[in-house]
Amino acid sequence: MDQPITIALTKGRILKETLPLLAEAGIEPLEDISSSRKLIFATNHPHIQLIVIRGTDVPTYVKLGSADIGIAGKDMLLELGAEDMYEPLDLNIARCKLMTAGRVGEPLPQGRVRVATKFVNVARRHFAERGIQVELIKLYGAMELAPLMDLADLIVDIVDTGNTLRANGMEPLELISPVSSRLVVNRAAMKRKHAVIQGIINDLEKAVSARAAEA
Amino acid sequence: MTLVDRWLLPDGVEELLPEQAQQVESLRRKLLDLYQRWGYELIVPPMLEYTESLLVGLGSDIDLMTFRVTDQLTGRLMGLRADITPQAARIDAHSLKREGPVRLCYAGSVLHTRPKKPLASRSPIQLGAELYGDNSQASDLEIICLMLETLRVAGLSELTLDIGHVAVYQAVVDAAGLSDEQEQRYFDILQRKAVAELGAFIDELAVDGETAKQLSGLNALHGGDDVLQRGLELFANIPAAVDAIHTLQSLQQRLTARMPSLSFYFDLAELRGFHYHTGLVFSALVSEHGQALASGGRYDDIGKVFGRARSAIGFSLDLKALLSLVAAPAEVKGIFAAHSDSAEQWQAIQQLRDAGEKVVAGLPGQQPGEACDRQLIEQNGQWQVQPLG
Repeated sequence: MDQPITIALTKGRILKETLPLLAEAGIEPLEDISSSRKLIFATNHPHIQLIVIRGTDVPTYVKLGSADIGIAGKDMLLELGAEDMYEPLDLNIARCKLMTAGRVGEPLPQGRVRVATKFVNVARRHFAERGIQVELIKLYGAMELAPLMDLADLIVDIVDTGNTLRANGMEPLELISPVSSRLVVNRAAMKRKHAVIQGIINDLEKAVSARAAEA
Repeated sequence: MTLVDRWLLPDGVEELLPEQAQQVESLRRKLLDLYQRWGYELIVPPMLEYTESLLVGLGSDIDLMTFRVTDQLTGRLMGLRADITPQAARIDAHSLKREGPVRLCYAGSVLHTRPKKPLASRSPIQLGAELYGDNSQASDLEIICLMLETLRVAGLSELTLDIGHVAVYQAVVDAAGLSDEQEQRYFDILQRKAVAELGAFIDELAVDGETAKQLSGLNALHGGDDVLQRGLELFANIPAAVDAIHTLQSLQQRLTARMPSLSFYFDLAELRGFHYHTGLVFSALVSEHGQALASGGRYDDIGKVFGRARSAIGFSLDLKALLSLVAAPAEVKGIFAAHSDSAEQWQAIQQLRDAGEKVVAGLPGQQPGEACDRQLIEQNGQWQVQPLG
C-alpha cells in the first residue's frame, strides 16, 4: 500500500493549466473540480488526494506539512519564502513576469519612492538591491489604479500581456523575475515518502518534457 | 493595553499547564536517566553568557536568533542562549579540560528571537547529548544510536534516519573551483533542490562537461540505498567525496547490524547547519510528523575558538515538540484524606507518601476531587485506604 499523498493546487488560471498536465502524468480527479463546491478531491489513485486553495495558501500548507506536494507560482514562492520546501520541477505553465511598472514617461520623484504592490517582500528586496529607498503600500488588487490616483509612483505586479497596463497609460519597466508554476515538496515528506513522491515527480517531469518536445 | 490583552503571552511563547508539564518533566527525567546509564554526565550551563563566548564560530543564523541584554555590571553585551551545544563545547574545552573522550548531556530552556520554523516555539526545551574528543566512527555510531534510543524510550517507533555528509558538498565545490559568490548561489539552489535554476546556473558557469555533470548530479543524490552507489560512480575522481561516501556506507552497515528495522534516507546535498558542521549530519523522522524530531552532526572545529580544538559530535531535540507525538501516560490517581487534626492520620498519610502514594490532605470543607480515587478513613481506631464513592 502506497503512503497517502496530498497535493495542493492553486485555484484559478493555474488550475486550468495544471489539470491537463496532471492528467498527462496519470493523475486525474474523480469528479469535475470546477463545478464542485468540495475542497478535497479523490483521484484515480486511491492514495493521492487533491486540495484546491488560493495561491497564497499553497506554500503555507506545504511548509507545515499538511500537504506533501504543492503547485504554486514562482511569484508566491518569492514573496512567501521557500524554506522547508524543495522546488524540484518547473512545470512551465502559467508563464508571466513579475515586473515594476509606472506611468508612461513619468520620471521618479526625488527621495522616497512610493510603491504599491501585493508582493511587499519581493518589492522590498528588489529596490534594496538597487539602493532605492521605497515606501511600500500593500494593496490586494487593481494595482494599476494606484499611480493613476496618485497613491503610488510605481507598482510591482504580475504582467502577462501588458494590455491592462497600456489601457491605463502605464508601461512595464524592470523585470524582477520570470514566473511560471513550480512543483514544491515538503522537506520532511520528501524524506519519509521518498519513493512515492519521486515517482510523481518523475511522471510530471516526463509530461513536462513531452510538451517541451512538441512545442 | 486592555484588561484582556494583559494576560496574553507573546507569539511563540507558551506555558505548560499541569498535565503537559508533568508529561514533559517525566520525559525529561526518563531521558536524562537514559543518558546517565550510557555514561553521559549532566551539565547545567547558565541561561545567559557574554555574546563573545555564546555566539563564536556558529554563523549568522544563531546570531540573529539570540536575544541580547546589556550587563549592568560590566556594560558588556550578554546573550540569552538560543542553543546549548556551544555552551557544552565551551565547558568541554575550558571548564573540564580533560584528555580523552568526554560525554555530556543537558536539558534546559532556550530562547529564540524568531521561530525556527513556522509555528515553532520561541521557547523550546532543548535536550541533547554531546561526545567530545573522538573522531572515529565509533562515536558517530554511539551518538546516532543514543538519538534513536531517545526516541524509542519516548515511545516513538518506525523511525527514518536521514543522513548526509557535508564533506561531499565541500569536495565537489572545491573540485569545481567555484568562487565564493558562485558557491553561495549553488548552496542556495541545493537547499531548495531547485532543478530549473540549477540548470541555468551551470550553463552560466561554463565549466567542463564532467564538472557540470557532478554539480547537477549532486542535487539528485537523495533517496534510498542506491544513492551511495550512484555517488561513488559520479564522484570517482574526487577522493574526498569518495571517502565521505565510504564513511556513510560503513556506518549504514553497522547501524543495520544493530537495528535491522531502521529505514535510511540519504541526502548528499543536505546542508543543514553547514556553517558549523564538519562531517556527518543526521536527523530522525517519524512517519506521522511533518518535521525532523531530533537532529545532530559532527562539528569538530567549534572547540578551536575556545583555544582547544576537540572532535565533537552530538544531537539535540525539543522536548515540547516531542510531547505532541507521545501518548500521554495514564494519570495516577491519589488518595484523599479528609481534614482532621488527628496525629495518627498524619502518621498514616506520611507512611503512604513514603511508599510512593499520592495523598491529598484535605483542607476544612474540601471534597475529594477528580484526582483521587481512594480515601483514607478511620475504622476502629485504624486509618485505612478504601475506594472512594
